[in-house]
Amino acid sequence: MPEHILSISNLCKNYGDKAAVAGVSFDVAPGEIVGLLGPNGAGKTTTINMILGVLEPSAGTVSIDGLDIQKHRSPALTRTNFAAVYAPLPGNLTVTENLHFFGLLYGVKDITARIEALMAQFGLEAFRRVKCGALSSGEQTRLCLAKAMLNQPKLLLLDEPTASLDPSTARDIRQKIRGFTVGGTGGVLWTSHNMHEVEVVCDRVLFLSHGKILLQGDPKTLPAQHGKASLEDLFITVAREPLTLSDG
Amino acid sequence: MSIHRIYAILLRQFYLIRGSFTRMVPLFIWVVIDIVLWGFMSRYLNSVVPAGLDFIPVILGAVLLWDFFLRIMQGVTMVFFEDVWSRNFLNIFASPLLISEYIIGLVLSSIATSCVGVIMMLILATGFFGLSFAVYGLMLVPFIFVLFLFGIAMGVLGCAVVLRFGPAAEWLIWPLPALIAPFAGVFYPLSTLPPWMQIIAHAVPPSYVFESMRVMASGGSVPLAPLLASITLAALYVILACKFFTATYRHAVRTGLIARYSAENLG
Repeated sequence: MPEHILSISNLCKNYGDKAAVAGVSFDVAPGEIVGLLGPNGAGKTTTINMILGVLEPSAGTVSIDGLDIQKHRSPALTRTNFAAVYAPLPGNLTVTENLHFFGLLYGVKDITARIEALMAQFGLEAFRRVKCGALSSGEQTRLCLAKAMLNQPKLLLLDEPTASLDPSTARDIRQKIRGFTVGGTGGVLWTSHNMHEVEVVCDRVLFLSHGKILLQGDPKTLPAQHGKASLEDLFITVAREPLTLSDG
Repeated sequence: MSIHRIYAILLRQFYLIRGSFTRMVPLFIWVVIDIVLWGFMSRYLNSVVPAGLDFIPVILGAVLLWDFFLRIMQGVTMVFFEDVWSRNFLNIFASPLLISEYIIGLVLSSIATSCVGVIMMLILATGFFGLSFAVYGLMLVPFIFVLFLFGIAMGVLGCAVVLRFGPAAEWLIWPLPALIAPFAGVFYPLSTLPPWMQIIAHAVPPSYVFESMRVMASGGSVPLAPLLASITLAALYVILACKFFTATYRHAVRTGLIARYSAENLG
């Protein structure tokens, strides 16, 4: 069994002369939640898209559970799943239909029981026959998370998963995702602009700026290491004055 | 290759049609209109032209087979367009689904939806207008096979064009059959066309089908060689269309179009 669920080595993506991601390397271990942070345009979503195999890297490798995404795309993605605010499930299918469809795509065993369990876990039972386009944004987010958990992925990619949730539901969701890693088999890569959430949830954070990892470390101790009072202050410095910081 | 993932594409289309009156009606309404319109037209022509020439198998039979080609082509593109309209590309293409599985799913969905239209056409054309395919005998099998293959090829080509140029390119795909029809010789012999159009027509597999139909309806026999050539040509188009779709998908992955697919950023 590989030591890391996700291994990224020297990942680059260039659009013409512009480097969206420039030599990013990091790992995610089983049971670990890693926060990928940075201002808009730092390269977070580009990195996630390359991990998901929907964007070809200009250089570097992405390995999921020991499988290179470029060479073993389908088996690697069977071990992966994701939820992102910009990728809602089709609004013209009901909750059950969507989960069934994606369950088949991800090769989920005993699919009906799995769907029932996830609907109970994410409070979706009342909406089973509701078209997803008619759900509130919070309900759609819960459904996307249920879809992301369908195949009990080894690698879970979450791009701002709690962005449209009220504080109570967001806390509940954070606990569920934390619970996902407790068994120690799955790892999570999480992007968020909510620094309080990141501090509570993530074991480790990576700060991206201009396509490079600028800083990394424990979200609870990293601000103090760089003379900042909070993770939010550190984030603002990364966004406005990245040259004043370096990974010590 | 996973049967489950292919089945998922098929099942998703069933869910969409089952839950939508506006998706269900077009499966048969246009073919019904075509058969009724051309059925009466054929009857009228039979009444004004001297006895001996029956327009029902020539015109109504041709309309039925041309509609079969349209159903197959549109069946493929419609399944793909569902992913375009619901902005589902990221969810679909970030899943373990292989491109070959996706294309097979499109084709099987198309066969399933086309069957509804074809059955409706056959009931109307044979029951109401007395169309009989007996005059074509077993030759009907290669006729249908050529149109099926060409429908798949044009459908997959249409999907690739929309994938490459964005949702607005949908409007290039809908009129495609009308662009092909003059060269296919659905209602007239290819000899009617000017020489330059005849050259193009020989590269259009359905033209061999409709030429053969007219020969058989007037009592002649059809040489097998041109029909085999049309099957080969249609199969070649299927292969080329699939390769074009795969190349377009790879281009979209390389440039990031899959991840940010919308009319605005591709137009």
